[in-house]
Amino acid sequence: MSQDVLLPAIGPDEAPFWEYTRKGELRIQQCSGCERLRFPPRPMCPDCHSTDSHWTLVSGRGTVWSYVVPHPPLLPQFMPLAPYHVITVALDENPTIRLLGNLVEKAGDPINAIDPATIEIGMAVQVVFEAVNDEIHMPRWVRV
Amino acid sequence: MKDATAIVGIAESKFSKNLEASECQLASEVIIAALAEAGLKPSDVDGMASYTMETTSEVDIAKNMGAGDINFFGQVGYGGGAGPGCVGLIAMAVATGQCEVGVAWRSRKRGSGQRPWAANDQVTVGASWTRPWGLLRPADEIGMLTRRYMHEYGATREHLCNVAMSVRKHANNNPNAIMYERKMTRDDYMNARWISEPLCLFDNCLETDGALACVVVSAERAKDCPQTPVYIHSVSQGLPPQHQTMTNYWNEDPLRGPAWCCADGLYKTSDIKPEDIKVAQLYDAFSPLIILSLEGYGFCERGEGAAFTEDGGIEVGGRLPVNTSGGGLSEAYVHGFNLINENVRQMRGTSCNQVEGADTCIVTAGEGVPTSAMILRR
Ligand SMILES: [Zn+2]
Repeated sequence: MSQDVLLPAIGPDEAPFWEYTRKGELRIQQCSGCERLRFPPRPMCPDCHSTDSHWTLVSGRGTVWSYVVPHPPLLPQFMPLAPYHVITVALDENPTIRLLGNLVEKAGDPINAIDPATIEIGMAVQVVFEAVNDEIHMPRWVRV
Repeated sequence: MKDATAIVGIAESKFSKNLEASECQLASEVIIAALAEAGLKPSDVDGMASYTMETTSEVDIAKNMGAGDINFFGQVGYGGGAGPGCVGLIAMAVATGQCEVGVAWRSRKRGSGQRPWAANDQVTVGASWTRPWGLLRPADEIGMLTRRYMHEYGATREHLCNVAMSVRKHANNNPNAIMYERKMTRDDYMNARWISEPLCLFDNCLETDGALACVVVSAERAKDCPQTPVYIHSVSQGLPPQHQTMTNYWNEDPLRGPAWCCADGLYKTSDIKPEDIKVAQLYDAFSPLIILSLEGYGFCERGEGAAFTEDGGIEVGGRLPVNTSGGGLSEAYVHGFNLINENVRQMRGTSCNQVEGADTCIVTAGEGVPTSAMILRR
């Protein structure tokens, strides 16, 4: 199915995120100068201006901040799935870091399997990973 | 800057789903027409400002219109965030003496051209945190903020419907509006197909081919022009801290977007405050952007934007008439330049939905992107 999915473009700033998801870990870039978590990843900390950073393991727990249910017209990769949903998850460690994702019963389920009417803002979720190919393991989310 | 320059000419093409002329031709035609309205010649023009998204360069426009020496040219970025910023840029050039007769314009064939989000099915690095999970289009990106807004403040689809219907009513009085003859009922809205829940078809702007232009000169020179001068009182752009264009999800308060930042800049140099403003053109690529802009530009408190639309609040005769030509939702979607020209008509007293006694107005660009706004007065 890999040719049917929309894959992320990965530059040097993003590469560590995807290296860690391949190991089943959700890690967020953290400033080595002042320990501020930042997202999306980028070279400089806006607080202390350090360009040193590391990738810190987070719990993978969060809450649904918002969601949408896209309907056609869509890109061809998503047409067969419509209507599906996209959620935004605020991480427990820092709720201003909100990862996009999809709610599933278990990793590997299609993103239209869950009835969007059962999604609630504030719902607790936990990250899981779906290997869409050898390189890209996409974070998805299950209810806690 | 304050009142140092004025808009003295405006023009627009026909608005349609499909115009035959090229974007270059449409731009050239509206610039010539706006100059004619201002009593000026193409050879008088020495300044040009446009959107970075223009497909035609100043070089080609200048060649087509037969311009002489151009001493100032510049562009403003971020699509629908650019409009008042473009006019502000040329006004600044006129006010500082870098040019004397400036034109600003937008020409776009969005109706017959491709949808930008569908232009390719690859993902750029910038979109890598959203698109792979299916958040593909502007409607999805703004839908995400809208759902959160509804959750935080108790707004409902009834409020979004108020916006769509109010703007549509204005378009129904404007023969140039694409939706001139198309009435909309609450049932029409509630039964419309979804685009990205919570947004339905009528929460989305039109897809239009069209072009518009305006001419800016000094307040002094404006006295010699045939049209009532419309003075540029205050202009600002807005790029708040930790902003992300369209997918503004990664800061403390995503629902407090660029409008708030832009409003601070706008009112800082303005003698005209929100309570003095008689009519507003608020950028409406999506209906919820009007609600957010009402809050951001100080017409109500945070969370009150939805209720502001109740009981005809944003219609002519209401608390603050908004998008009196039909806006992007029902007149034409040309990256908001039609909002600029409509405010000029309001100040001249020639709008199809003239607000009685309107002598001050605001026009804003897109909430959700690095934006701009300006206050005009008679
Ligand atoms: Zn730091």
